[in-house]
Amino acid sequence: MITNLRELERLGEEGRRSLWPASGKIVVGTASCGLAAGAQAVAQGLFQAVQEHRLAYEISGTGCLGYCSQEPLVEVRCGDGLRVVYAQVNEERADELVAGLEGGDLSPELALCRWQEEAQPARKDPAAEAFPHHQQLGFYRRQQRAVLRNCGLIDPQSVAEYVACGGYSGLATALTMSPEDIIGTVGRAGLRGRGGAGFPTGRKWALARKEPGTRKSLICNADEGDPGAYMDRSILEGDPHAVIEGMAIGAYAIGADEGYIYVRAEYPLAVERVREALRQAKQLGLLGEGILGSSFSFDVHLMAGAGAFVCGEETALIASIEGRRGMPRPRPPFPAQAGLWGRPTNVNNVETWANVPLILTRGAQWFAGVGTDGSKGTKVFSLVGRTQNSGLVEVPMGITVRELVYEVGGGTADGGRCKAVQTGGPSGGCIPESLFDTPIDFDSLRGVGAMMGSGGLVVLGERTCMVDMARYFLRFTQGESCGQCPACRLGTKRMLEVLVRITEGRGEEQDLPLLEELAEGVRTASLCGLGRTAPNPVLTTLRHFRHEYEAHVRDRRCPAGVCRALVVYHIDPERCLGCGACRTACPQGAISGEPKKAHTIDPERCVRCGACIEACLVEAVRPG
Amino acid sequence: MSSGGVELTIDGIRVVVPTGTPLLEAAREAGIEIPHLCYHPALSSAGTCGLCVVEVDGKLAQACREAASHGSDVRTEGGRIGQLRRLILELILSDPPRDCLTCEQAGSCDLQRYAYRYQLDANRFLGPDHERREAAPREDNPFIRYEPEKCVLCGRCVRACAEIQGRHVLGYAGRGFATEVASAFRGPLTETSCEFCGQCLAVCPSGALSERGRRFTAGEWELQAVQTVCPFCGCGCPLTLHLAEGRIVRVSGGRDGFRLCVKGRFGLSFVHREDRLRVPLVRRQGAHTASSWEEALGLLADKLRAIRGRYGPQAIAGLSSAKCTNEENYLFQKLMRAALGTNHVDHCARLCHAPTVAGLAQAFGSGAMTNSIDDIEEATCILVTGSNTTEAHPIVAQAIFRAVRRGARLIVADPRRIELADIADVHLRQRPGTDVAWLNGLAHVILAEGLWDRAFVEQRCEDLDALREAVEPYTPDVVEELTGVSDADLRRAARLYAGAERATFVYSMGITQHTSGTDNVLAVANLAMLTGHIGRHGTGVNPLRGQNNVQGACDLGALPNVLPGYQRVSDPEVRAKFARAWGAQVPVESGLTAVEIVDAARAGSIKALLVMGENPMVTHPDQRHVREALEALDLLAVVDIFPSETAEFAHIVLPAASFAEKDGTFTSTERRVQRLRRALPPPGQALPDWEILCRLSTRLGFSMAYGHPREIMDEIASLTPIYGGISYARLEGEGLQWPCTSPDHPGTSVLHQQAFTRGKGRFHPVRHHGPSEPPDADYPLALTTGRVLYHFHSRTMTRRVGGLQEMVPEGYVEIHPEDASRFKLETGALVRVTSRRGSIVTVARVTGRAQEGTAFVPFHFADAAANALTARDTLDPDSKIPALKACAVRLEPVVLD
Repeated sequence: MITNLRELERLGEEGRRSLWPASGKIVVGTASCGLAAGAQAVAQGLFQAVQEHRLAYEISGTGCLGYCSQEPLVEVRCGDGLRVVYAQVNEERADELVAGLEGGDLSPELALCRWQEEAQPARKDPAAEAFPHHQQLGFYRRQQRAVLRNCGLIDPQSVAEYVACGGYSGLATALTMSPEDIIGTVGRAGLRGRGGAGFPTGRKWALARKEPGTRKSLICNADEGDPGAYMDRSILEGDPHAVIEGMAIGAYAIGADEGYIYVRAEYPLAVERVREALRQAKQLGLLGEGILGSSFSFDVHLMAGAGAFVCGEETALIASIEGRRGMPRPRPPFPAQAGLWGRPTNVNNVETWANVPLILTRGAQWFAGVGTDGSKGTKVFSLVGRTQNSGLVEVPMGITVRELVYEVGGGTADGGRCKAVQTGGPSGGCIPESLFDTPIDFDSLRGVGAMMGSGGLVVLGERTCMVDMARYFLRFTQGESCGQCPACRLGTKRMLEVLVRITEGRGEEQDLPLLEELAEGVRTASLCGLGRTAPNPVLTTLRHFRHEYEAHVRDRRCPAGVCRALVVYHIDPERCLGCGACRTACPQGAISGEPKKAHTIDPERCVRCGACIEACLVEAVRPG
Repeated sequence: MSSGGVELTIDGIRVVVPTGTPLLEAAREAGIEIPHLCYHPALSSAGTCGLCVVEVDGKLAQACREAASHGSDVRTEGGRIGQLRRLILELILSDPPRDCLTCEQAGSCDLQRYAYRYQLDANRFLGPDHERREAAPREDNPFIRYEPEKCVLCGRCVRACAEIQGRHVLGYAGRGFATEVASAFRGPLTETSCEFCGQCLAVCPSGALSERGRRFTAGEWELQAVQTVCPFCGCGCPLTLHLAEGRIVRVSGGRDGFRLCVKGRFGLSFVHREDRLRVPLVRRQGAHTASSWEEALGLLADKLRAIRGRYGPQAIAGLSSAKCTNEENYLFQKLMRAALGTNHVDHCARLCHAPTVAGLAQAFGSGAMTNSIDDIEEATCILVTGSNTTEAHPIVAQAIFRAVRRGARLIVADPRRIELADIADVHLRQRPGTDVAWLNGLAHVILAEGLWDRAFVEQRCEDLDALREAVEPYTPDVVEELTGVSDADLRRAARLYAGAERATFVYSMGITQHTSGTDNVLAVANLAMLTGHIGRHGTGVNPLRGQNNVQGACDLGALPNVLPGYQRVSDPEVRAKFARAWGAQVPVESGLTAVEIVDAARAGSIKALLVMGENPMVTHPDQRHVREALEALDLLAVVDIFPSETAEFAHIVLPAASFAEKDGTFTSTERRVQRLRRALPPPGQALPDWEILCRLSTRLGFSMAYGHPREIMDEIASLTPIYGGISYARLEGEGLQWPCTSPDHPGTSVLHQQAFTRGKGRFHPVRHHGPSEPPDADYPLALTTGRVLYHFHSRTMTRRVGGLQEMVPEGYVEIHPEDASRFKLETGALVRVTSRRGSIVTVARVTGRAQEGTAFVPFHFADAAANALTARDTLDPDSKIPALKACAVRLEPVVLD
């Protein structure tokens, strides 16, 4: 049990020894992204190799370093503090790496970069200079890892390592302050909710605090459901204690005695890591009765969701915790007035909670110094889609879309033009390339008809059909509508059907105003955020890419070559070398032709999957 | 602006409404109907359908959720409002029902009305590109038809089920376009905890939920509506019968216009049964043969005169009826007293709330429910004991559910784990027959911990010292020993009840049907006075009366010791008043009680018995004894609507009109006098009981000439102070709660507000004596009896309703799993239940709801009659009620060859 600062400091000492063992340490990124790329086998390979070579390196796991397209990522942490990161490590490379380590060779040819935190003193020695500093990589140059400070550094299952990095000192600080001062600090920092709506966190807390009621609750919304978004998952997997600490600080400020972390059950690893972190925190008295020797008591429960997207909506989430079907209800009363079990309840999302300890340790001024006037701090995005560098990125608010897409993301994977980005998942909207100089902050994004959202950012290339994308998101929201509101249940259904009609080449000119009318109706007459924002993908694509819709309905043509009914693939006989690459790649056996003679595609068998286009070396295959 | 109100303009009309009124209701005040599907005034708001959109000062708002604000300018039609409504309706109708032409709801369908209003003659979302739901109608239960294709998913049924009935049977299933209203796992309703109250279909705005039996009977526009009162329990629900071609097609109404139970909504078809009594019957050579009124009444009058001539008026007795109207009960006792000259008149209240009438009269001066049903919702703490409210008084149970939903604490004291125990804060599980002990124990703790209301007791009550002395020995450990209720639970209950701002006692037969019945009632009254929980809204002592008009039958003097209005027979002035009015002497001696009448018949001192709408063969204790008594009579005349088990023994059987076939009034458990209205002609030659009584009396030489029951009520009002202000003209609305002493008296919802009826409330010391027939080695189980939701009393009516009979077709004995294994029984096994008086063979039902060491038998079933087991000779000394709730039995498995 930790009852005072000295004991906390002692735990930190233990953590520092574990983070920086004199004998060196190899850490493997074992968040979901790493594991999906084979990190488990790599870790085992490293362990065996270290055994075989009788080396003293410890092996441990860590959270996501962000550079997901380079997974599995492995870091060798030398006894002297040098950190070298290796990308795309497989079992073979793992052996090679360890073999080199035996001779003191850090295998610079295999390394991605040298990792050096700003806080660490710059190293000028030749051993270090053999590697590029991580901030010399385009992916990391514009990033500022604050929320993700511990992801990729600490073992998420080690509370000691978390404490070694300053963990729980924010809570210790908070407990010396009055709740009003904490709310004031969070308010001055300018933190706004990271779940998407951007409501000022300090104000939200103040509302819950001033509600009468002897028992109050708070909730961490970890029901991250947007397709392509995994910020919260990564934080929970890589740094669960940061969230718990943030919640404890919030609870003290609001006067809550109970908290829930509501995680999607589809995040088994996050669930497991949170569960273990909660166990540790309770065991050490960082949660429970009389936290850190104070009179403050607070406990946190873990609740796994049941797969409904709408449970990310706070009132549906509360219903789900209470054991009812996750369905939104009207507000007011707002959860701050009558939430979980009727108690005043404060709901914030994972990233918001993870920011809170930072504000307490580094101060409101530091936090407010990052970002723009209206949007302070950093924002974590999951950068996916047609980007070259997909991964988890954290950038200061105010960076432009262009900087994010081209500098951090490195442009499109195929080097082609980037057409747009989609932010905010099915609730958000697209930002066309022409508006890429828009700064990323809550208000600017809203100004161009998109939204910050929780941080999913999908890069769209020339081969993305905007009508098809809108159809994709509508299918998602239609399937996830809870069904209460006719506008949402039936409106999204009818919108989807019109979109299907258009993508299947049966659309008519009047379908476009019909879509707009439906979109307006769904937006106005739905109860919750799901319904109110469901039309956004359609509205923003109609606004910025109306010509693509028009091409579908007027010319029966899909400019991106995606909508199968409107596309016929053909091979330009002038260009075709007859190499057979397309024939080999075709899963349908639709391509035939003699070697070194122009090939042809049987349109009946072709499913327009695009494999031939990818395979062709001379761009002879074209949709049209 | 008036105080507490806001003034606003709606479509140019100025209205003033109370603060907090939703715009939708404010618009009603202005005579404007704002379309809506999901909103219902008695349910929480869902805010989902989107139809009620209006403009408030130019901004869109939901009229169901937005409160009227002072000075605002509201537009309810035009422009984008109409566009949006049209779009929503078009979307709803893009997935339309296919049978609007043959839908029962046609004519009363909100969707249909709005489609017409917004001129939706075309739909852009129909055609091959657009999906429609395909779902067959479901009739997986006897009562409710569900047509998913007609469902607009407004969720009213879901909320009614949860918020009104506390059931949570209905919910949403599926997501997106496939969302539907369904029970858990989409199973049939009969496999859920559904009680078939039908609140779901009553609030359904489309035809998705409807009465099964109504299909293809008549269109809504062909129906004739008659306002009346439910004939089953004492809740006294107002009903509207909807008739076509002389048949009841559907039933609506109830409290808040829609709250009913399964019997009221689905249980009235018995009136149309072929086996209704249609002609008078006279026994000839042992068999009942059809007769004329002339002959039957002539014979009856002759025989009565002969018996009176030979044995005196004391050889004649009458059992009046808690099912008949106030007017009929009044005439019955008038006939007995004035025409025949005997006070031997009683009715089944003897077997239910006689101890209440006796006990509360002693303590407070008035033996009835002190508060009203709706008033229970005002309580912050409710103590329910001896009442399986969800089954016996479902509408009162709704009030309890709603109160608990709003945060009221609930204490249940019952040997069985009744359904209310599932939502109770404390469940005291006393052993049967030990109620005085735990009630005294509560008083002990309340006094010992200083939780009592000193000011109230000092100002309003007397004889506290007697109570103090009496409850002194009932320490929590003694109570635990006597009753099985733990020290901790007893203290918790005492603190909750005494500490509440407004606490109410709700009780029923579990308190009264004991040899200590009156003592139990007095102990309850003691607690209410001690804590000051009486005489205010949300407090009180609330005995739930079992029959539709048992309150009225008592009020109107169908009792051997009192005349109408509880005016004592023993009071010479009272007798003189009635004698003057009636033109006949009122006999001096109090008469015999119901159980004593049967005893006297068996013993030969009662020679003639008139029975109006009662069935003692099934409802009186000790069935063998009752049979012998009926067989010993020289004259048994039965007036009833069906040939009952008792009628089989009758010399003369007279066919009566049912509740739906006559005018009159019923008085509900909350003392509310309400109008019953004739909706149908009686079958065959059947006559209203009041007419039969008039004809008989006149034939006996005592003329009764009333043209209509209203004239009888006028006579009642002139002689009965508590009914003094009641007249048919004043009963057109919601009825009146007595005391209503003068034509301008508004009636009384809460008794004893300023002072008790008797002046000061009086504490009565009572002591625990234990059950009259405790279990022993030969008869090791304590038997309790009671009701089930789907049946009523001797089932004369409910066994003739298919759906009700289907739900619970036969009797059973409920036992605890431990006892089941001790007696080698399992659910469904045939079992013989034997007491010292008789035995029955029935089916075992093994459940943890039973207390170990007890058995429960519902008393409705003649073929497994609880009254074959119960005792008649152990009576409460004050009220003469038999101990129907506690006798000793043994169980044996029945092996069939």
